[in-house]
Amino acid sequence: MSDTGIVISRRAVLAGSGALIFSFSSVAQSPAQENAAPLAAAAPPLPGSLKQSPFLDSWIRIDADGAITVFTGKAELGQGIKTALLQVAAEQMDADFAQLKIVTADTARTANEGYTAGSHSMQDSGTAITHAAAQVRTLLVAQAAQRSGLPADQLKTDNGAVVAPDGRRFGYGDLVAVEILHVQASPQSMLKDPVQYKFLNRRIPRVDIPAKVTGGEAFVQDFRPDGMVHGRIVRPPSYGAVLDSVDTTAVKKMPGVLKVVRDGSFLAVIAEREFQAIEAMRALAAVARWHESAKLPDMAALPAFLAGLPARDIKVIDQQQPAAVNAKMISATYSRPYVSHGSIGPSCAVAQLQDDALTVWTHTQGVFPDRDAIAEMMRMPKDKVRCIHSQGSGCYGHNGADDAAGDAALLARALPGKPVRVQWTREQEHAWEPYGPAMLVKVSAALDDSGKIADWDYAVWSNTHSMRPGPAGALIAARYLAEPFPEPEPKPIPMPEGGGDRNSNPIYKFPSMKVIHHFLPTMPVRVSALRSLGAYMNIFSIESFMDELAAAAGADPVEFRLKHLDDPRAREVVSTAAGRFGWSAKPRAGSPGHGYGFAFARYKNLAAYCAIACEVEVNHETGRARMVRAVAAVDSGQVVNPDGIANQIEGAILQSMSWTLYENVSFDDRRITSVDWATYPILRFSAVPDSMEVHIINRPGTPFLGSGEAGQGPAAAAVANAIANATGYRFRDLPLSSERIKAAIGV
Amino acid sequence: MKLNVNNAQHDVDADPRTPLLYVLRGDLKLNAAKFGCGLGQCGACTVLVNGEPVFSCVTPIALLAGKEITTLEGLGTEEHPAPIQQAFIEAQAAQCGYCIPGMMMRAQALLQRNLHAGDADIRAWLEPNLCRCGSHMRILRAVHRAQHILTTAQKGDAG
Repeated sequence: MSDTGIVISRRAVLAGSGALIFSFSSVAQSPAQENAAPLAAAAPPLPGSLKQSPFLDSWIRIDADGAITVFTGKAELGQGIKTALLQVAAEQMDADFAQLKIVTADTARTANEGYTAGSHSMQDSGTAITHAAAQVRTLLVAQAAQRSGLPADQLKTDNGAVVAPDGRRFGYGDLVAVEILHVQASPQSMLKDPVQYKFLNRRIPRVDIPAKVTGGEAFVQDFRPDGMVHGRIVRPPSYGAVLDSVDTTAVKKMPGVLKVVRDGSFLAVIAEREFQAIEAMRALAAVARWHESAKLPDMAALPAFLAGLPARDIKVIDQQQPAAVNAKMISATYSRPYVSHGSIGPSCAVAQLQDDALTVWTHTQGVFPDRDAIAEMMRMPKDKVRCIHSQGSGCYGHNGADDAAGDAALLARALPGKPVRVQWTREQEHAWEPYGPAMLVKVSAALDDSGKIADWDYAVWSNTHSMRPGPAGALIAARYLAEPFPEPEPKPIPMPEGGGDRNSNPIYKFPSMKVIHHFLPTMPVRVSALRSLGAYMNIFSIESFMDELAAAAGADPVEFRLKHLDDPRAREVVSTAAGRFGWSAKPRAGSPGHGYGFAFARYKNLAAYCAIACEVEVNHETGRARMVRAVAAVDSGQVVNPDGIANQIEGAILQSMSWTLYENVSFDDRRITSVDWATYPILRFSAVPDSMEVHIINRPGTPFLGSGEAGQGPAAAAVANAIANATGYRFRDLPLSSERIKAAIGV
Repeated sequence: MKLNVNNAQHDVDADPRTPLLYVLRGDLKLNAAKFGCGLGQCGACTVLVNGEPVFSCVTPIALLAGKEITTLEGLGTEEHPAPIQQAFIEAQAAQCGYCIPGMMMRAQALLQRNLHAGDADIRAWLEPNLCRCGSHMRILRAVHRAQHILTTAQKGDAG
């Protein structure tokens, strides 16, 4: 039996006259809380998502048989959030991990935690569940104290029970009366001392993996309610195309076809069996006549196009001082194209309209905002629409998930009572998902005599990075109905998190600095949130430019960064990655065709720190670059599951390498032309590195910092810097394709 | 027509042009083979036909009479996982996991023909299958682990 690990000096639960008074300090306070005025009149804010859903039983429920269910408004996207949240609950409650269940995002059952995005799940939900679990434990101990007549401080908790010194055990299920957990959380909780942790910083196997490797029902694609029928959508050939005419006579007679649905330019078919729906979709597409009007930009001249768009200028940093004397001025321009989420499984949803109530099973990242959009589109009250999260293929941001849910809702209305499953095709996912926006960066800097950066002037051009629901017009289908909903007005995401300007504020210390975000409201190509938003491009640009400046200063890239970095956690991450890679021992000239690159960032300058060192080889005949080896170091605050963090960082490096080396959405003047894996190639096994290491720096008792988006920016810049090192050429336009490299280094 | 799936005969009432994937998922209610592209470009739908990896999304059932079709469900269960399944669990070789059944079936086909395939052979063999989460390093570790589990079992049998 182990002690609960509560620090005695923090213990101050007074169980008198039925009331519980909490007054203790928290080891998981955020810096903002620590800096708050101690005598402020207002109560301190509740931790994490307890702010939005303060009742403890919104997060944790205990049945009479002792079964414990954890509720989260966040969704499992394959990032392992179910397992991590169960770990924090088990930790603070001293529960039996194997007996815990978790319910994820469901508008009828869980807290509204908005989107599962921005590497926020551990900060928001993990923090809420940490505190809820700790406070539930305190309530259970108080109950046991009343029953046993013993003071609370003589009681311990262990494996789902409160234990008295004489060995008597009070199971949590026996202690929990009906309403005991239906109380509001307090701002502070009696949290365990990190030295006592049993479940945090442990490699507990993911709870969702066994079903996924044995053919279990793991995804919304696998969901088959009784009577389910199959829908397929016929999308327009280009943005904004209008359906002039469609003769549905023949399609209606095809085997299994139950209904052809047309509402304005929204066109779909429902059939009994899936392949019947596919064949009917193809037949319907062949007879649909469209009027096209889209005008897409010249994809070969995207940077100039972006620079010429009307912009709304947002000052991110405006601290420019007079220029230093004798400064060496250097400038550079970087660009990236539109990038696809490219989920392996195209979007899918199942919807059923029963007795005027609509239920939608969806892999959206935000069941509540998607519910709002669907309710508005269907002109139904919100309380008549329920969205239940069910896993999909990895989404990496706002892909077609929400749109597919909207499609399914419309088809469910066309066939009331029947569960209708909508499965997008590969071509639809590629052509209609909202891409990560194309971006442009122009940066100049002044180096002083001592080789330090004296002035920094940075500008980024970008569309918005979120066109997610809420509004009905965020759904594709809603924009094509006979009574259409307008596309919502794009809005920038404000700093400090930012959208196009996310991570445009360098973490380095410069005496003079200006950063401006040219926000571009015009969106000729559909865009929205792609994992890490603008951080990928801004970190690629800043960290490429830091290497260019280091070269101009004659300095080692790692030394040069450390010279401008005073945050001790940042310095430790940089030093760890460099040390573990053997950066100082790397060959100066490199073996032929091999190069070494380094990059670092703190995500959003307020979340996880990540540094990456890598080696690439460049084939001088083909121009093909391949990452050979990568070493990453990450500080994500208190570690919950080290293997989960390693998995996220490994994935970030490989996905970002794919974006960086290969990817751009292609289009002609009217239509998207990258519509499958042949026209939009991504990483395959032949390009996978020989080795990869992730070193995690645990910060016990500090806030969770998330890890899903920490690595993408550093990985891109590390690859670019290594290619520059290998070839002697600096490539500033993404992707760093074999064509571009070959054209530069030519043989 | 009759299809032999996971060592059982199934009477399937479907258009012979129907790709195997839709019969597996719709008629036989098997989850493992996934729809990824319908074009034979990503491998999410990979199953074994007479031991060979096949893109079930582009293989009409008309071609499969009398052939042995094996899906991931035919290898083992959550309670009694096959070596390849045990290896993927132990290596935690998944993020979203959508591509993983296809990866496992392709790897299974390799290990059935050459248990001692080297790392380069494994990488080359897995080339047709796409993973978007970037779980490649783990997938490779899992296949090596499966080799170890199978090799150890063989030695045990021999002894």
